[in-house]
Formats: sequence, structure tokens, C-alpha cells
Amino acid sequence: MAHLVEEVNVGQFKHLVSERALTGETMLLNMGPQHPSTHGVLRLLLELDGETIVNCIPDIGYLHTGVEKNMEAKSYQKAEVMSDRLDYMNPMGNNLAYVMAVEKLIDLDVPPRAQALRVILCELQRISSHMVWLGAFGLDLAAMSMFLYCFRERERILDIFELVSGQRMMTTYFRPGGLWRDVPAEFEKTVRDFIKIFPRRIDEYEKLLSKNPILIDRLVGIGYLSKEVALQYGVTGPTLRASGVDWDLRKARPYMGYEQYDFNIPTRPEGDTYARYIVRIDELRESLKIIEQALNKLPSGPWRSQNRKFVPPPRSEIGVSMEALIHHFKLWSEGFSAPKASIYSAVESPRGELGLYLEGDGGPKPYRVHLRTPSFDNLAVLPEIVKGHLVADVVAILASIDIVLGDIDR
Amino acid sequence: MDKRLEPIVQAAQKRYGATYEEFRDEVHLFVSPERIADALALLRHEYDFELLSALTATDYFPQQTPRFHVIYQLTSLAQNLSVQVRVPVNGDNPQVPTATRVYAVANWREREVFDMFGIVFDGHPDPRRILMPEDTEGHPLRKDFPLGYEEPQFTFNFEEIDLRKPYAKE
Repeated sequence: MAHLVEEVNVGQFKHLVSERALTGETMLLNMGPQHPSTHGVLRLLLELDGETIVNCIPDIGYLHTGVEKNMEAKSYQKAEVMSDRLDYMNPMGNNLAYVMAVEKLIDLDVPPRAQALRVILCELQRISSHMVWLGAFGLDLAAMSMFLYCFRERERILDIFELVSGQRMMTTYFRPGGLWRDVPAEFEKTVRDFIKIFPRRIDEYEKLLSKNPILIDRLVGIGYLSKEVALQYGVTGPTLRASGVDWDLRKARPYMGYEQYDFNIPTRPEGDTYARYIVRIDELRESLKIIEQALNKLPSGPWRSQNRKFVPPPRSEIGVSMEALIHHFKLWSEGFSAPKASIYSAVESPRGELGLYLEGDGGPKPYRVHLRTPSFDNLAVLPEIVKGHLVADVVAILASIDIVLGDIDR
Repeated sequence: MDKRLEPIVQAAQKRYGATYEEFRDEVHLFVSPERIADALALLRHEYDFELLSALTATDYFPQQTPRFHVIYQLTSLAQNLSVQVRVPVNGDNPQVPTATRVYAVANWREREVFDMFGIVFDGHPDPRRILMPEDTEGHPLRKDFPLGYEEPQFTFNFEEIDLRKPYAKE
């Protein structure tokens, strides 16, 4: 395997490494882009003194697909499909961020039933995203079986998504003004089945991991991130909450009726890798609470706005109403226009604040879309928190901040 | 406008000559490039906007001068407030002082804006591209950068388009 370990030339990284690297005293080592624990294609350039990390230089952009530029060339409805593909662990949440931004820009109402269904699906998505995180986290720390258990549960959630939208991932189920269609009759029972078995599963995971001495040895006190540094680096989401900052957009700026539900924001003051693990585990339970409450008072009624200027009419109307036909034709050929103005709207994704800066120019295509993706900023703090740790700890720390490369590179 | 934002807007107007606009309850402050670092420091230190939520830019080529707006979206956790600061920047030789001394997160975000728009941040500690490869020519999110597609060729313009087509020629 020796040929895989190759020293990197200092060259362009001169201003980022310590002086000892220039004399060859420390070693520059590539971790990635193809490395199982980087969760995608991330290259970390590590400056090592023996096995201790002196500096870490993340190199990103391998998955850059120009989503923002592509969205500018599509109408508001068509640009939505690109949002699924950003953070591929959280397509429902990305859809929500996008449609909420569009709704804010064009000032469109969303009926209560659609809001409640969006909340249920987004919370299921949060659980499924945390399941992938927990599985990969276990895998990185050599708890192989976690991956299998977590994917078993995630599969049930993806089945629910398939039931409602026809797709397991890349759902594009939320549309500006509501949903693509109403949920099928089996939906409620399927979700209730899931929330019935899932609390026991969380207990099982905790039994396997939370008090596991090997895991505690590898996590407690590793990768300390202080509150001040976290805010300086724009870290959000569970990573920020594990540093003792009580900030969750669902509570702070409730959207989609989150204010009606009773749930807590788990926080931990320690700021280490173990705290980040515990916060996410607790979030699973809170998400279940939200889903159950939302299901219990799921309103009936329309599932998308009746504003025909922005929302296409139902198929049944097209055959009998000339006006409906015109709206249908206009919406699916030209699309709807948005005012010449800009807005910023943000939601709490499983990784943090997922914000959209959306600017219209009066036409049917967005003039500028900027996606403020949480993983980008959460990764930027990595060089600060890995310093002085061992190479093996980089794996644990990176797993604990839960990055998705599609989210970073856009 | 939110009542709590009024003193902030007034302070920015008085000290940095800012103007403001409002849309859907969002406040956009306009600050000139020379004063942006100070204005951000004011908001960060005196008004507790701890979090730089987003830093991006837009390109108004060719309709509008100055061509670019650099956008800083600030959030205050303690007061649960948001404010957007916009900096109009000239098209030729666009330069803005860096915000990395106020917000560490600006480091990567400014690299991204440089990469995508070619706006140079003076005093940036690490002015490299971040998403695109090192040897990319141009800045993709500028409006005069083509999205990239194959031009349809017809009989009347076949050769004209063939000449500029980027495939390997013999």
C-alpha cells in the first residue's frame, strides 16, 4: 500500500502551512479525494508532524455542477428539480427551502394542510438524513453494524416518500403554493407504523453506542469547538447547538406552522464530538414528536393554493373551463413571473441554516439564486478544530460535523 | 420595518452614509465599498450581528451600473433580527475590502465570490479559487459568461458555428 501514501509539493499552499513544512520537517499528506471517510469527494491536505495534525487545508469543488447558474436559465417551476440534487440526503428539505423562497418572492399563500404535510415529510427527511449520518458515523468509528441498522430504518422512510411522490429520493414533491398532489390514503397509517417502531430503534442505537467505552474514548474531548469560534465561522445546525448555542430556525423564526408543535431544541454545552453525536440522537426523538403532533391534527382541505396565476389548475377543470386551460398553458409554457426584487429565506435543514437568496427580474426565470448551504460553512471550521489531534481523529470529527459534498460544492 | 432595526439603520446612515430599501419586511442597507469593513464591524460589535449567514453577489450586467452588488446577510441570534448589507461595486477592476477580520466565515465565502464573479477582496488571506479548478478562465456566474450548450447548426450558418465549436480539429 506504500505507493498510495505520497508526499504533496508545498507549492501553492505556502501561505497556509507552517514554516516547518517548507524545510521538510513536517509532511503534507493528501486525505481524499477518494477516501471512504470523506463522505464524498473531499480532499483534505494534512500537514503532519508524525501523526499529529499541524494544519488542515480542505480542498473542495469536485462536485461543483453549477446549480446556481443552471437555475438562472430555468423557469421558477423547473429550477426546483435542481434543488433536490444539492444535498442529496435532504431533498424534501431543499425543496422546502426553494418553494418557501419562491412563495415569499411572489407572495403566495400555502393552505394549512400542505403546511402540515410539508412539516411531516421534512421531519421524516431529517430522521432519514440523521440515519445516514449515524450509519456513516458508526462506520467511520468501526461500528459496522450501525450502518446496516440505520439503512434499514431509512429505507422505511424512503418507502413513505415513494408512496407520496413516486420517488425515493429527488422527490420534487413540494411545489410553489402547496404540494404536487395530495397524499394517498395509506399515508397516515404508514407514517404511524413508522413512528410506533422507531423510538425503540433509537433506544437500540443508544444501547449500542452511547455508553460504548471504545466510542466514548474516541469521542469525548475530541474536536472541541467553542461557541465563539462556531459563530465566527458561521456554523449552524446541530454542530452549533452542540457548542451550547440554542439556535434553531424552527423555533426562532417558525415557518410552515412549526409554532403549533411542542418540541425542544436539544443543546449540549461541551462542544466536542460526543456532544454533536448526542444532539443528533436527541433530535431524532424531537422530530418524532413533531411528526406525531402534526399527524394528530392534520387539517383537511385543499393541499395547494387556489391562486391560479401561480398554481396550475386541476386536470378536471381543464376540460370544462377555458380560463383553466389558459392558465395551464401559460404556467407550463412561459411560467409565472416574479417581481423585480430580492428576498432571503432560510429553513433549518438537518445540517443547519439552508438559506436561499432569490432575485427576480420581473420575468419567469430567477435572475439570481444563491444557496447558502450549511455544510459549506460547517466544513470551513474543520481546520480550526482538528489542529493538534491525530489523523484517526480527523475521521471522527469530520463524521461528527455531518457534511454532504453535494451541499458544499453545489 | 421592525422597530428594533430602526436605530441600527439610523446609525448606519449617520456614520457610513448608508441608504436603505425594504421589501417583504427585509431591510437592505446600501454601503459604499470603502466603508463596508467598518460598517460590518459596527454591526458585529455594537449591534450583536454575530452570524454572517450568507455572503454572495449578483451581476447586473449590462443593464445597470455599478455592475455588481456584493451582499452580506447578517443575523443576530440574541435579538433574532436579520439585515442585509449590499455593496455596489464597479464593473472594471471590482474590489472590495475583505470582511475576514470581522467574520472568519467570510474567508471561504469571499473566495467563492471571487471564483464566481471575479470580485477581488483586498487583504484576503487566501485569495485562491475555491470551487472551480485553478486554471479556469473567466468567472462563471457573471452574466456575460455563457451557460454552455451546443449551438444548433442549420445549413445557412453551419460553417460559421463549426469554426467556433470546441471539438478537436484535425
